[in-house]
Amino acid sequence: MEVTEKVVRDVAALAQLRVKAGETAGLAAGMKNILDLAEQMQSVETDGVEPVSNPLDATQIMRTDEVTESDQRERFQAIAPETEGAHYLVPRVIE
Amino acid sequence: MLERTLAEQRQDLRAGEYSSVELTENYLTQIDACQQLNAFITVSDAALEHARAADTQIAAGADKTLLGIPIAHKDIFCQQSVRTTAGSRMLDNFISPYDATVVARLDAAGAISLGKTNMDEFAMGSSNESSYYGPVRNPWNTDRVPGGSSGGSAAAVAARLCSAATGTDTGGSIRQPAAFCGITGIKPTYGRVSRWGIIAYASSLDQAGPMARTAEDCAILLSEMAAHDPRDSTSATRPGDDYTTGLEKPIAGLKIGICTEHMHGLDDAVRKIVDDSLAELTAQGCEVREISLPNTHLAIPAYYIIAPAECSANLSRYDGVRFGYRCEDPTDLDDLYQRSRSEGFGDEVKSRIMVGAFALSAGYYDAYYRKAQQIRRLIKNDYIAAFDDVDVILGPTTPGPAFKLGEVSQDKTAMYLQDIYTISANLAGLPAISVPAGFVDDMPIGVQFTGEYFAETRLLNVAHQFQQATSWHQRRPGDAA
Amino acid sequence: MSSQWEVVIGLEIHAQLSTRSKIFSGASTSFGAEPNSQACAIDLGLPGVLPVVNEAVYPKAIAFGLAVGADIGRRSAFDRKNYFYPDLPKGYQITQMDEPIVLGGSVDITCKDGSSKTVRITRAHLEEDAGKSVHEDFHGCTGIDLNRAGTPLLEIVSEPDMASAEEAVAYARTIHQLISYLSVSDGNLSQGNMRCDANVSIRRTGDDKLGTRTEIKNVNSFRFLEQAINYEIERQIEVIENGGSITQETRLYDPDRDETRSMRSKETAMDYRYFPEPDLLPVVIDEAYIDAVSDAMPELPAEKKARYIEELKLPEADAVILAGDLDLATYFETCLTTSGDAVQSANWVKGELLANLKRADLAPAESPLSPKQLGTIIARIKDGTISGKIAKAVFTALWEGETDSVDAYISDQGLEQVSETSELEPIIDQIIADNPKQVAQFKSGKTKLLGFFVGQVMKQTGGKANPKQVNDLVVAKLG
Repeated sequence: MEVTEKVVRDVAALAQLRVKAGETAGLAAGMKNILDLAEQMQSVETDGVEPVSNPLDATQIMRTDEVTESDQRERFQAIAPETEGAHYLVPRVIE
Repeated sequence: MLERTLAEQRQDLRAGEYSSVELTENYLTQIDACQQLNAFITVSDAALEHARAADTQIAAGADKTLLGIPIAHKDIFCQQSVRTTAGSRMLDNFISPYDATVVARLDAAGAISLGKTNMDEFAMGSSNESSYYGPVRNPWNTDRVPGGSSGGSAAAVAARLCSAATGTDTGGSIRQPAAFCGITGIKPTYGRVSRWGIIAYASSLDQAGPMARTAEDCAILLSEMAAHDPRDSTSATRPGDDYTTGLEKPIAGLKIGICTEHMHGLDDAVRKIVDDSLAELTAQGCEVREISLPNTHLAIPAYYIIAPAECSANLSRYDGVRFGYRCEDPTDLDDLYQRSRSEGFGDEVKSRIMVGAFALSAGYYDAYYRKAQQIRRLIKNDYIAAFDDVDVILGPTTPGPAFKLGEVSQDKTAMYLQDIYTISANLAGLPAISVPAGFVDDMPIGVQFTGEYFAETRLLNVAHQFQQATSWHQRRPGDAA
Repeated sequence: MSSQWEVVIGLEIHAQLSTRSKIFSGASTSFGAEPNSQACAIDLGLPGVLPVVNEAVYPKAIAFGLAVGADIGRRSAFDRKNYFYPDLPKGYQITQMDEPIVLGGSVDITCKDGSSKTVRITRAHLEEDAGKSVHEDFHGCTGIDLNRAGTPLLEIVSEPDMASAEEAVAYARTIHQLISYLSVSDGNLSQGNMRCDANVSIRRTGDDKLGTRTEIKNVNSFRFLEQAINYEIERQIEVIENGGSITQETRLYDPDRDETRSMRSKETAMDYRYFPEPDLLPVVIDEAYIDAVSDAMPELPAEKKARYIEELKLPEADAVILAGDLDLATYFETCLTTSGDAVQSANWVKGELLANLKRADLAPAESPLSPKQLGTIIARIKDGTISGKIAKAVFTALWEGETDSVDAYISDQGLEQVSETSELEPIIDQIIADNPKQVAQFKSGKTKLLGFFVGQVMKQTGGKANPKQVNDLVVAKLG
């Protein structure tokens, strides 16, 4: 599996990670390491094998529709990096 | 008193041999004396106050299972009003507004929290060398790693810095450090212990469990930790158990499986320890059978696709907006995200996020992620077939003893292969326990018992009976090997 | 638009489900709360939190599916849709990709020319809503309110079966009516209960290849939907006629300028890296569950309308109005049980009642005049106790709260119709005697003057004479 610099940059963009120019090679090597390891999986036939999403193959238990949470804004915003007027602040988003 | 096991300390406290305050003070002193181990990220300043409260309750005859017992929590468990970092700069300033279910349950059982233990960043690692707070050192030899990701908890228990500790295990992160540090650690069945409040790494693999010096101590803790939790949709519906009641059952007649594939290529010294352990068990009347787990060689490739994939999504919430690390003066939204994340996360975490995002991306999902989940089904089926013939599977926990700091961290593949014996149980969701079983190069070696779904009672029973007949678990760092 | 162009439109409608709490957490969904006062730990995506599914979303989604004749997924599951945006706290949205709860189905829409058209539905799935971004008040920053994050949504995806903005609006209105009817959603567009994304493309008439489509996002009124789509069609035609080509992109409608513009942040196609949500387990639904939902469903608008026309013999226009709003239909049906007259009940409900409700900005359920009271008024007209004119006065009195009993008011005010011949005859004789000129004109052929005599009698009796009775008596007397 070829991990090119473009692949590294594209994936970094998807993951919102900044990759400096000197870092791409290292990251590419790290990814290639694992992806080469993963190639071994192709040695086994898996047609018709049901993928595992939950190891217990269990089904969902539902919650009753009732309001159980109270207003805890102050507590939660006490640990927030930047708030104003009860809103979380981020740099201006232009749509 | 720090030499006493948790079970013994409980009796001692009730008998008035010493108080919880004395016990806690002793531990705090020891923690301070062993700072070079770097086992703790945060030491609690409320421990003595809680110990005092516990003593009052003990005097009043209160009957909580862990009343007055000082424990430590891996810093992956959210603890209300306490800094919870997951070993990362990203959460260096995160004061959790709520308690993990595990923390709340152990609090309710009367345990005293001594602090939060060091760990590989976001639980990604097998040596505790990736923590933002520096590596943890193995109490048996401080040039060596304690294992990971629950390295801090393992070192703390081994160095007598707490009665017991909590850990989490996604690919072996309880069992491998337990083996490297000569202590006992159990990863329960997936879903046995609630994940509510555990900072998520790989959702379908993460499981919390106790780490202590004996199987009995682990049983006591697990009994308090294991329960259905409606706040965790993946939590098992069947209620937890009192795992101490089955400890004394004789194990004669138990069928022990030895996996052909796992024994192949094993280091001679480690093989000898596994063989000796087996001999101990047959002496108690167990039968031995060879079993095969034909797809086990695919466990590492599958794990290193599934875990990064799930973690790449689980770690997307760390964006500098609502909590955690935020970069200085972001110029725009992308800058906020990219710098906060790149400055907040360490290299191993970034690397796994990249692999994970790639494995899920368009065009690669089927070949990597989906394929890995199918391999997982094959591995699960292998175990189910094996358990038709045997009750418990025995094998090595690790390929060898704890390695030196810095020795393996550069060779990623070698690091990944540290998990070779532990990872399959996570993929299948099965319970597994590591117990001390010998020494190689004066460093502890553990053997692992793997059981069927929800067979924690049986596993703790075998481990306990093994420990009744052997004394490896009683050795301490500093003793002659 | 000339006939050389064909338009192809598909709609994705996001309907907020009317549950008390959110789809994956126990925080409240009520509208208009203080910012971030209804965003709990799960909604904020704090480290270590986990989602749990709200049971109430399934009956609603299934009711919708049954109403449109879709297949209900006996096994459905959730997936993660991964992308970064400040109103998406976890950095992924929990949605249903592979195994949605509803597959297929269709609705019939009525176009302006009266013709009917079937619009097919591809699927409908459950997912969580995102928070809100506020760009104006924060001095160059954007403020994020996560109250809305986690509100349950049913995303309804149509096939690209619509060929005009008008059809798209007709479809949107039909869906809106249906989900309000079924109590699946509160359907309040101004509160954002229902938002439409329109996928629009054009092609030359006769061309069977689809043109490149653009997506107009988050339109929350029918009027804007129509305007936005029409603008986009014109824009695309102009682009192609000038030799350009359409870029596949997402656009926003600006109602102030009546134009769509490209969304900068979504220029490149995003890889969402869908994968099964490992924190949630598949949901399995059996026949019994679906049957229970089916049994609890109200009669649907189309069925009701048909019944009103065929069984109750209402004119189609009245049936459309009454069946179109479940509350109004319920009012009408209750009124009918007391009045016994469907046509009269329909007249009063769609006429006097609806006019008063609109003036006072009240919903049918808030009417000061209950349906049974209205039914009684109608019954009193039918049995001759009061005349139609007096009935209006009684209606007003009840509406304004002067009384709460129809019969008590009639008797206290002495409003009973006078129908006794012995009472009416002397009055009629007097009118005839007092108006010889009109009598002569009537007898000589001006039969229209009958109304004059009847009117005089009504005036004399303060409106209480039974008009028909008076009519017959005058005719009898004058020959």
